[in-house]
Amino acid sequence: MSTREYLFSGFGGQGILFTGKFLAYKGLMEEKQVSWLPSYGPEMRGGTASCGVIISDEQVGSPIVSNPDVLIAMNLPSLDKYEDEVVSGGYVFADSSLIERKVKRDDLHVYYIPATRLASENGTPTLANMIILGKLLSVFGEDNEDDLRRALGKVISAKRADMLEVNLKAMQLGAAYQEEA
Amino acid sequence: MADKVLMKGNEAIAEAAIIAGCRHYFGYPITPQTEIAAYMAKRMPKIGGVFLQAESEIAAINMVYGVAATGKRVMTSSSSPGISLKSEGLSYLAGADLPSLVVNVQRGGPGLGGIQPSQADYFQATKGGGHGDFRMLVLAPSSVQEMAELTIKGFELADTYRMTAMVLADGTMGQMMEPVALDLEVKPAPEKPWATTGTKLAREHNIVNSLFLSPEELEKFNFDRYEKYRYIEENEAMYEEYLMDDADICVVAFGIAARVSKNAINEARKQGIKVGLIRPITLWPFPTAPFKKAITHVKNFISVELSMGQMIEDVRLATECKAPVALCNRAGGMIPSPEQVLAAIQEANKNGGAR
Repeated sequence: MSTREYLFSGFGGQGILFTGKFLAYKGLMEEKQVSWLPSYGPEMRGGTASCGVIISDEQVGSPIVSNPDVLIAMNLPSLDKYEDEVVSGGYVFADSSLIERKVKRDDLHVYYIPATRLASENGTPTLANMIILGKLLSVFGEDNEDDLRRALGKVISAKRADMLEVNLKAMQLGAAYQEEA
Repeated sequence: MADKVLMKGNEAIAEAAIIAGCRHYFGYPITPQTEIAAYMAKRMPKIGGVFLQAESEIAAINMVYGVAATGKRVMTSSSSPGISLKSEGLSYLAGADLPSLVVNVQRGGPGLGGIQPSQADYFQATKGGGHGDFRMLVLAPSSVQEMAELTIKGFELADTYRMTAMVLADGTMGQMMEPVALDLEVKPAPEKPWATTGTKLAREHNIVNSLFLSPEELEKFNFDRYEKYRYIEENEAMYEEYLMDDADICVVAFGIAARVSKNAINEARKQGIKVGLIRPITLWPFPTAPFKKAITHVKNFISVELSMGQMIEDVRLATECKAPVALCNRAGGMIPSPEQVLAAIQEANKNGGAR
């Protein structure tokens, strides 16, 4: 990998910005160059949240992610808005609990994960974000447990160490998920 | 080197100010710089500092004036419309030769404008911070690391020259997170024998004031100040050159525009176009030295800005109009894409012989 650009998008409250920050920290700890840029415009007031993360072996130029290699769509408006922007051959990870339609393009690697449902069943309804991220990291073979723990330790304060295990488990749940045929 | 942490640009400014010894922050919230105030509100009480949310931007800048008069490192921050409100205070600070640090995380204008990133306060920062003849040192960071480093540099320069230093950032630089190393060195503040700290009946009163009714006296202050400015122009300009040695085309950009431009330059280089970048880090003093060098081989300049074209005037002055300077811009909160900058480079390349 030289450079990979990610776009995380969904509702406010789904942990979009946190997920991006975790991934950026993971990159930082693996000695990559990283950037994280949230949307902070009027759309944020309307309840949608998104952030662009760039992880690269080289210095990050523009931090603005217009054409992501990887789109994480946590709701339908996000998929509608960004599907056409993903680079050809790129990846889409969609929360199929909340997005009923399929991706229209046929030049993308697409993973449908019922993350919101899995999160509820797991008793951690707020961790759909980490479930979908767990799937993403396993697809890229970047889900080494020690790496995940180290990065979680950076974004979860020591006072809430119990949350570290809960987040780790959510990611492992996502990684283990296989789509029903 | 210390561990790097991920921080928003706004937070990096606040932490760097604390590292620089600033213990007085006065501000009023405005997007997209509010994280500076939020960070100070959290940290200052823990380290014996003062965080004060003033009743207005005007109040905040005058509180800065008050603390600056006592010789303490002091700052305020705002975004474009808020900086306009502070401009009276900026002029008074200049008239009283007080050091201070002011941060402008710019947003689209004019008027109340929007909240998305902009560089349209270039003129305001470099030419017209307020009424009367004066300058501010203007520092333009292009990474979160530089948000921290130039904040410290700003305090140091402000103390050295008894001037306001302005960190001129934009919404993107303020909101983005990047790794930042905070093991930053700070030069100790110089002695400030002019500060109003109480005479203890051991010295004459120090007077901090910007009112001089005698025109002869006021003229002398202006002449002396401009002599200092000339010295700064010769000694304090900062810039980065990128791939300039063999460049036929020179992109000029600062802040976020320089980041976008580097993407475009790397792509153009792959296409065999000899293009480089001059990135002014100080906007005042504007770095003229790299342009004097560039003008011997560059055939076309392109000024990339998030404004209707403000820095382009300084590029024309620095190149003495010896080569054409094109504008590649977006405004009102929009950011040029790397593709737009690449197209401007390709266009300049077509006109390569038109010198």
